[in-house]
Amino acid sequence: MTDEPSEFVFDAHSEALIPAIIAKYPAGKQASAVLPLLDLAQRQMKRQTDSAWVPRVAMDVIAARLSMPPIRVYEVATFYFMFNMKKIGKHHLQLCTTTPCWLRGSDDVVAACRKHTGIKGWGETSEDGMFTMTEVECVGACVNAPILQVDDDFYEDMDAEKVEMLLAALRRGEKPPVGSMAGRQTSAPEGGPTTLTGIEG
Amino acid sequence: MLNDKDRIFTNLYGVHDPMLAGARARGDWDGTAALLARGRDGLIDEVKASGLRGRGGAGFPTGMKWSFMPKQSDGRPSYLVVNADESEPGTCKDRDIIRHDPHKLIEGCLLASFAMGAGACYIYIRGEFYNEAVVLQAAIDEAYAAGLIGKNACGSGYDFELYLHRGAGAYICGEETALIESLEGKKGMPRLKPPFPAAVGLYGCPTTVNNVESIAVVPTILRRGAAWFSALGRPKNSGTKLFCISGHVNKPCNVEEEMGIPLRELLEKHAGGVRGGWDNLLAVIPGGSSVPLLPKEICDTVLMDFDSLRDVRSGLGTAAVIVMDKSTDVIKAIARLSHFYKHESCGQCTPCREGTGWMMRVMNRMVEGRASSAEIDTLEQVTRQIEGHTICALGDAAAWPIQGLIRHFRPVMEARIAAYRGQVSPKMAAE
Ligand SMILES: Cc1cc2nc3c(=O)[nH]c(=O)nc-3n(C[C@H](O)[C@H](O)[C@H](O)COP(=O)(O)O)c2cc1C
Ligand code: SF4
Ligand code: FES
Repeated sequence: MTDEPSEFVFDAHSEALIPAIIAKYPAGKQASAVLPLLDLAQRQMKRQTDSAWVPRVAMDVIAARLSMPPIRVYEVATFYFMFNMKKIGKHHLQLCTTTPCWLRGSDDVVAACRKHTGIKGWGETSEDGMFTMTEVECVGACVNAPILQVDDDFYEDMDAEKVEMLLAALRRGEKPPVGSMAGRQTSAPEGGPTTLTGIEG
Repeated sequence: MLNDKDRIFTNLYGVHDPMLAGARARGDWDGTAALLARGRDGLIDEVKASGLRGRGGAGFPTGMKWSFMPKQSDGRPSYLVVNADESEPGTCKDRDIIRHDPHKLIEGCLLASFAMGAGACYIYIRGEFYNEAVVLQAAIDEAYAAGLIGKNACGSGYDFELYLHRGAGAYICGEETALIESLEGKKGMPRLKPPFPAAVGLYGCPTTVNNVESIAVVPTILRRGAAWFSALGRPKNSGTKLFCISGHVNKPCNVEEEMGIPLRELLEKHAGGVRGGWDNLLAVIPGGSSVPLLPKEICDTVLMDFDSLRDVRSGLGTAAVIVMDKSTDVIKAIARLSHFYKHESCGQCTPCREGTGWMMRVMNRMVEGRASSAEIDTLEQVTRQIEGHTICALGDAAAWPIQGLIRHFRPVMEARIAAYRGQVSPKMAAE
């Protein structure tokens, strides 16, 4: 694989975080830090290369750091859906299509993402390298369905028109405010809550 | 309808400051040391008397669960692990607690851990909740800085450590033993029980796993008393509950209501009613993707609590109410869930690994009608062979939605098959 770098070294930013991560777990149980360290490596790749993924050499570095056999780290990294095992685009479009999102029109969101990125299949990256599209299962925000997760952020109450706006903004290097794109207060019913109306502070 | 004064999550929608100053103004951390001074048994007895049942899906009595933890340590530490994996389709309530009322959860962690003799607690939050984890970590840091947790928590003489641990995208890690495996740095594969986590859990030590909502309601229950909580709802189904209302309602939302509220009232009062009116209702999945759906006739009268929903062969589950109006292709709605379970099976037991794939393929054919009516019976039998024959309840969860579909919508499946026949037969005859 041509994308695979020849080495990976945790940078100063990552190194500064590692001791506190490992200290969360009892002595000898440092393997518990494997998910946080994989996440750290993926974020560092994003900082350094504009693509959030975990190359094999990074897994080897983590294995050595946590005194784990490398195979254990590979096993974990491939079991969990959030680690990208190959290079992805600058923005990761994660489209929830599970039933509650589907009932509220996730098909339209998928079609709009395809239309405005030119991406045909799941897991593919647009030609300009801006976007990768992944189908995901319920992300836990169903009352604001349909959800389009972009990198770490949930864009909620989506539809085709909002997809077009959002992608155009991302192309311009802007990041629209996260949350409901329909302008409602988080998970409250549209038009205002039916409860907690007299609660202060 | 529940009164605002009886609502626990008074910042559910994040209108107010979620952090410590705001939380204190809402009554959190008020007299926590005095609550701790009631002692372990005092706290457990109060939670038992409140009738609180676990909010993570199974509805196991919370106080009783805590009482399974060792009273005396054999040298091993004990742990509380809070399940913030929130991955059951339809469910998005713990998210609101975490991002808008994190101090209710943190104070609950302290009180619950103390009650079961746990010196440390891990909160396992699903990886996708990145922004929520940032808020929760900031709240934890505040609580440490204010001396509310950590050494001599709240000046009580009790030392308590609280850690946040992020998952990385796997529904199965919501199952309590898979969650423990994951926290230990392994693949999230459920363990065979027994031994139960209260005997051998995290790092081989006594552990209790509780849902976020179960823990976050505890401080309020202890402050206002078991009698207050148990007076809400119905016997054995007490208290308030966060409901997540998604799908074909006019105004999807989360809301805290009294247990036992009629389903119809819940939808009409808070979610603007069913799209196109009540008569346009087709079916409701009342408790997250794992429970069987209910057709309109049952929805007309059913109450939203554990026992009422069990009586109509469904369940309260996580109280995630997924509404489908008459425009819905109900076979496709359930087939999409079969796809979900196939995707999320950890693959370690054969009935689940093979069964979820098989059921998904058959369900996909059922969507087209490319099947025979006899296959509906075969499908039903296969769900029975999976149910109860697997290491964890994911197998059951994959079987139940299909059983519900066959139970209530068999004629729709038959009609789809007939329509497909009518369509293809002439063509096939011509081949
Ligand atoms: C496949 C599967 C997924 C689960 N996912 C969750 C979850 O995301 N959150 C949760 O609290 N419980 C989940 N549970 C239930 C937990 O195993 C456990 O019963 C629960 O966390 C106990 O908390 P409670 O007693 O406070 O309800 C899941 C169970 C299964 C079988
Ligand atoms: S039932 Fe399914 S998810 Fe659960 S342990 Fe077996 S294979 Fe894994
Ligand atoms: S189904 Fe999409 S967020 Fe739950």
